[in-house]
Amino acid sequence: MLEPTDAILRMSRISKSFPGVAALEDVDFTLRRGEIHALMGENGAGKSTLIKVLTGVEHPEHGTIELDGRVVQVRSPQHSQALGISTVYQEINLCTNISVAENILLGNEPQRFGTIDWRRLNALAARALKRLDIDIDVARPLGNYSLAIQQMVAIVRALEIASAKILILDEPTSSLDANETSLLFDVMRKLRATGIAIVFVTHFLDQVYQVSDRITVLRNGRLVGTYETGALPRVELIAKMLGRSLADLETVSKARAQHELPAAEAPTLKAAGLGHKGTLEPIDLELRPGEVIGLAGLLGSGRSELARLLFGVDTPDAGTLTVDGRPVTRFSPNESLRHGVALCPEDRKVEGIVKDLTIRENIILALQARQGWARYLPEARQYEIAEAYVKLLGIVTPSVDQLVGNLSGGNQQKVILARWLATSPRILILDEPTRGIDVGAKAEIQKLVLDLAEEGKSIVFISSELEEVLRISQRVIVMRDQRKAAEYGKDVTAQTIIHTMAGHQ
Amino acid sequence: MTRQKLLARVRESRLFWPLTALAVILLFDALFAPGFFRIGIIDDPVYGPHLYGNLIDVLNNGAPLMLVSIGMTLVIATSGVDLSVGAVIAISAAMGAVLINPALGDRLITNDILTADTTNTPLPLIILADLAAGTLCGLWNGFLVSRARIQPMVATLILMVAGRGIAQLITNGQIMTIYYTPYFWFGNGFILGLPVSIYIVAGVALLAWVLVRKTALGLFIESTGVNARAAYYAGLDERNIKLLAYTFCGFTGAIAGLILSSYVHSSDANNIGANYELDAILAVVMGGTLMSGGRFSIVASIIGAMVIWAFTITMYTFGVPADALTAAKAVLVLLVILLYSEFSQRLLGRWSLRKGPSHDAAH
Repeated sequence: MLEPTDAILRMSRISKSFPGVAALEDVDFTLRRGEIHALMGENGAGKSTLIKVLTGVEHPEHGTIELDGRVVQVRSPQHSQALGISTVYQEINLCTNISVAENILLGNEPQRFGTIDWRRLNALAARALKRLDIDIDVARPLGNYSLAIQQMVAIVRALEIASAKILILDEPTSSLDANETSLLFDVMRKLRATGIAIVFVTHFLDQVYQVSDRITVLRNGRLVGTYETGALPRVELIAKMLGRSLADLETVSKARAQHELPAAEAPTLKAAGLGHKGTLEPIDLELRPGEVIGLAGLLGSGRSELARLLFGVDTPDAGTLTVDGRPVTRFSPNESLRHGVALCPEDRKVEGIVKDLTIRENIILALQARQGWARYLPEARQYEIAEAYVKLLGIVTPSVDQLVGNLSGGNQQKVILARWLATSPRILILDEPTRGIDVGAKAEIQKLVLDLAEEGKSIVFISSELEEVLRISQRVIVMRDQRKAAEYGKDVTAQTIIHTMAGHQ
Repeated sequence: MTRQKLLARVRESRLFWPLTALAVILLFDALFAPGFFRIGIIDDPVYGPHLYGNLIDVLNNGAPLMLVSIGMTLVIATSGVDLSVGAVIAISAAMGAVLINPALGDRLITNDILTADTTNTPLPLIILADLAAGTLCGLWNGFLVSRARIQPMVATLILMVAGRGIAQLITNGQIMTIYYTPYFWFGNGFILGLPVSIYIVAGVALLAWVLVRKTALGLFIESTGVNARAAYYAGLDERNIKLLAYTFCGFTGAIAGLILSSYVHSSDANNIGANYELDAILAVVMGGTLMSGGRFSIVASIIGAMVIWAFTITMYTFGVPADALTAAKAVLVLLVILLYSEFSQRLLGRWSLRKGPSHDAAH
């Protein structure tokens, strides 16, 4: 249909690695004039690295970038702007305290007699907005307008300043509501009509199908493929993002916990209508002793948000949470620890490890926090606990006095796991506990989870690897669009789950 | 092998660099100022027989800075900073001077009253008021940082600027001279021939050490400093930890104010404890605590403060005028920063590698 010359951007065989990880390997990416191109992939797929390469933040080790048929080297973000590539990030980097017009033309203000020509400034800005059918008072401070308008002002600025040919929108809808999103989509379609190529990064599947023309899927730093949106069913897209063909997933071994649950035991944890505005629609959840609940869902589906509410990192603004029959009134990690709830968080680096402290200190940290500052665990006891978990989890280290920062990713993950196990929680929430660790360690952690369940602990297991969720959970809750899409018993198939993730029951 | 291991342990110790710096300065003195180490015994009519000499001066004059450095260590370890300690010193000193003033409450102030060696306020009450004023200042800083969530530098800047004004208010804008011999004991007295102030430092250091190393507070402070978010997920209340650190820092500033005003027999709101915040930060950095927070050592910071005062006294010995001292100090700062920089650490690492595997394989 479209001639190859219609390609405004052609990135070929782009490779980029960071110490220890290949962030991009031989990735091809082609962008046509006047298309909206969705870039999809789970965490760590390489989306942001690809964009950083395109915007000159990172420099690829191999590969070429062809812009308008000419090979270019994008040296810096400034250079990329000069080449006509503009980016609008999810955190809007504009100044909310100055006027819309100033924001749009900051640094390019029309001048008269050495001062700013305010009238012309406002007129220019208004005209630029008008082109996208946005009719607002440009003299008012940007902060007076909704996030959606701010987002569009950011887009208009990107277009005005750089006369962009390529516009990159990085998660532009993550803080917009439905109306605002459709407003943004209108703008995107208008821009497309003028021949601008738009790269649209998002994790909302619905939106991809609403607005995009083509989809490129990345996984683990490699290109999975580029597809016409109309020709790629949702289910296939999800399967491609998760890296399993549908047929593969059907043959997952059913090695999940087979022990029978004590029939009508009271739930240890019960959430009724628990929700948080903007991140999670009200949800019901019951967790029984000895049970493993799998939480499946794509990035941004609300799975980690639910975990954070259950652990009290965020305070819910709707519904109730009951632990052992007692309602939780104060929400904080410390309070949850006292109730016997633990969360092994998703982002190991930011939320987990304290890198300048030793393995021993990292392992006892949560236990000590629960005990309070005054009852310091005797040093001998600290070593005893730390060494026991190093042995139990097979953490590879010469001694427990090593700094955690010196360990490999998988071993760091085990240290964090040990931190929570050391508090002997009755309810353990594991958010992506096996991400970024090798296959052997993965199997060990899965086995550990099953053992813990057998001891009568309740476990919420979050993973974007469907295989893993299917293998060890007795019930699977599928999250989609920040709400519980469905709940299945132990006999659910991968097919069903993927269909639920995709939004058709 | 064991000797090499020992060497590696010595080099990795937090005390290694501040002690080396101290040794370098003292070595310089030994070479170029032969009289520097002379210590004599003097029989003071007021304070009895005691030692005197440059080394004693380093301890006695350095005591207030050592105290402030202890508090500053905890604050910096939480990845904060307290710029107000100099002002806290002034407030505490002003508090003491005003309460000692026998004219307090009298309408008619005469020179006789002011210079009489007496006071209407009991000494314990004066000390208590000093300490309370400083601790309250620390509590205020801690509140701004932990509850109002103001950046530490900005939050403590408020008191740094306002504090000396508050001290002026307390003393009614006067430079107050103190005439009360019992009060002078803290800055000038001696116990077993050594300055009282150094016993106070030892006492406060011991208190701080017990507080952070015999309880879990040290671990909590370091965790918060390295990764506050992870610490929160682990169930720590980062806010109370910061509140405590700043409050303790105010407390140490108050004691420093007490000793300083006692030493100089007066309280000058504009000058007492001037630049102490910067010297204290330098002492803490020399002690190996990173400005970004995390691992800290109280003893290393105290030695850092000693380095600063050994340097100061050395400069005095060589006749560098007090006005030019800051310029000389700048050289010290430059040397310290260069020595601790990544560049020289790398250089040193390479050098020790060539010398042999003195590095632990584990490192």
